[in-house]
Order: sequence, then structure tokens, then C-alpha cells
Amino acid sequence: MAETTTRELLLRPIFHRNPIALLVLGICSALAVTGKMDTAFVMSVCVTVVVACSSFVISLVRHHIPSSVRIGIQIMVIATMVILVDQILKAFLFDLSKQLSIYVGLIITNCIVMGRAEGFAMNNPPKASFIDGLGNGLGYGFILMTVAFIRELFGSGSLFGIEILKLTSNGGWYVRNGLLLLPASAFFLIALLIWLMRTVDPEQQEND
Amino acid sequence: MGHYLDIILTSLFIENLPLAFFLGMCTFLAISKKVKTAAGLGIAVLTLTTITVPINNFILNDLLKPGALAWAGQPDVDLTFLGFLIYIGVIAAVVQIMEMVMDRFMPGLYNTLGIFLPLLTVNCAIFGATLFMVERDYTFGESVAYGIGSGGGFLLAVVALAGIREKLEYSNPPAGLRGLGLTFITAGLMALAFMGLGGLKLG
Repeated sequence: MAETTTRELLLRPIFHRNPIALLVLGICSALAVTGKMDTAFVMSVCVTVVVACSSFVISLVRHHIPSSVRIGIQIMVIATMVILVDQILKAFLFDLSKQLSIYVGLIITNCIVMGRAEGFAMNNPPKASFIDGLGNGLGYGFILMTVAFIRELFGSGSLFGIEILKLTSNGGWYVRNGLLLLPASAFFLIALLIWLMRTVDPEQQEND
Repeated sequence: MGHYLDIILTSLFIENLPLAFFLGMCTFLAISKKVKTAAGLGIAVLTLTTITVPINNFILNDLLKPGALAWAGQPDVDLTFLGFLIYIGVIAAVVQIMEMVMDRFMPGLYNTLGIFLPLLTVNCAIFGATLFMVERDYTFGESVAYGIGSGGGFLLAVVALAGIREKLEYSNPPAGLRGLGLTFITAGLMALAFMGLGGLKLG
């Protein structure tokens, strides 16, 4: 019994209750870092670590937080986690941390992190909160990697910086699609992804 | 003067926070169903960036940077790693104060904006404006200009999107695209349109 619930906690946010596609949370960074696979990958890892760890910590101290100042305390916990992640990135992956520029800092205001802290970690034990955070981070990463895959493959003909489709500028056959390198393309791709997910699972459709 | 105007124009049109950097997306998409509420939200964001960006700039230059604490006898202290924690604290505090001031002196406006105000603490656009200010090493004057421009850009974009969405209510899209999907596509088209302003330069 306990095992199935853990599994459900982990897997449900990836497809059925995806934080980006269904709940419209944390889109800011989702769109901006998806031009390349490697930045998207690092960003997904960072967010997953921050959501899981901050949910865990908040859940540990949940009985001691007065409800009037809970948002402030949640933000302080999250900000501390993000500072840790940011310092680690600066120390070991300096180039990537420059490319991600302000988006690492923006994990603090990423609604997924706040949403999980407020919606789940405040009422659940630490272990469940940790798993729930992990699942939501993975759900976020799933969308991020899908969008980045399409954008990098068709926009620059490579994956993780390794050439897959040979570009005409290097004597190959593939003319790269410049639109996919523009920020606007991320909007269209996410829209199509949402359309796909909602067609597969009609329960998610909005009817207004 | 031209330099400051240039910063304002650039952040308004070319480096528009929601459309070029995707900041403040959550509120941007959630609260753009009606022009009136969208305008209220936009004005609140504009006020907040105009206040918080210069304050954070002052804190960065006079308290956190290496050597900034020389006046306190600590010339070697570098506190920039505390940045995130302090900026978000400042934003939360300003939001709180603004809420109280508006409740006391402008109850009409407070009632319109009331629900958005606490949410704005975690709005990426406001925090993002501060982080861009830090990354670009603006002086105090430049940070004031940037605060006005970036908040104004958000106001412009959210009102424009709300205008389009009001018209879209009469359309009949495929079921899966209804709501969120269509809003995304609209925002994407707007982002493309804003790119047309790319070459704009003053002086």
C-alpha cells in the first residue's frame, strides 16, 4: 500500500497533474532556457533539487510555523536552497551558470516551488513531501526537455551541442529553422504540447 | 538624459519582460482575461519595480559589494552571495508596506488590486527586474530608469494580451486548445510582433 502511494506521488505530477501543462506554474523559466538541451537539463536538475529539498525542510518544521508568516518563512527556506544551488553552479559549471544568467535566481519565484511548499509540504510528512517535490521537479523537467529537444534539433541541428543534422553552412543538407531559436517559438511549442496532452486526456480540457 | 530614455525604451519594447524574457508569465497568463483587471495588475507591477529596483540597487552598491562596507570598518567583506535572500526580502517588505498604505489612503484602488498584491512578491517579473539590474551593473540613476521601463513593459504587454483575449471569447477553437493553449499562441504571436521593434534606438 505504502509503495503504491509513493509511486503515485512520484508519477502523477509527470503526466496527469503536470505543473506546467495543467496548473500553469513555473512557465517563466520553462520558456527561456529551452534553446539548448544542456541549459534545459541543468535547469531541470536545479529545480528538481530545490523543490524536493525545500519541500522536505518545510515539511520538517511545518508544526512550528505560525500561519501568519508562513509565506515569508517558505520564501526564506527556498531562497537559501537557491543560493546553495547557485553557488555550486558557479563553482563547478561556470560557463553554464553564465548562460542561465538570472534564471537560476528566478527559481526562488518559480511558482512550482512555492506551490508545492504551500499546497503539499505544509500538511504532509517529510518523506512524502520530498517524493512529491521530486515528482513535480521531474514533471517540469519532462516538459523542459521535450521543448528543448525540438528547439535544438530543428533550430541548430544538434543535441547537447553534438551535430545530428548536418547544416548547409557546413556543407550538409539541413537548412536550420531560425524561428525555433527565437524565444517566441517556445510559446508555440508549449501550446502544441498542451493541445496534445489535453487531447489524449480530455479530463484536462477547460470549458468556458 | 538620452541615455536614460534609451534604457527606458529598450526595456519597454525590445527587452520587454514577459514577451522577450518570459518573466512574470504565471500572472501574465492568469490575470489577462479582462482589460480592466489586467490594467490594475500592470499598474501594481509598474509601481513595485519603480520602487524595488532602485532600493535593491542601493543595497547592492552600498552594503553587499566587496569593499562596500568600508565605512563600517570592514573593507574586505563581500556579501554578494546573500543577494537573493535580501532582494526577495526587500520585495516582500515593499509589497507589505504598499498594501497597508493603499488600504489606508486609497481604499478604492486597494479593492481593485487587493487580491494581486500579495501574489506580486513571487512575481518573476519584479524579481527578474532586480536580477537584471544586478547582472548589468546599473548605476542608481540607470536603475530608476530600468525600474520604470521594465514595469511599464509588463503593463503594456498584459493590457495588450487582455485586449486580444476579450476578442477571442467569440472564437471557437478545438477543445484541447481552449483556454491556456490559445493564450500561449496569442502571446507567441505578440512576442513575434514585438521583435519588429528590435532596431529601435534613441540618440
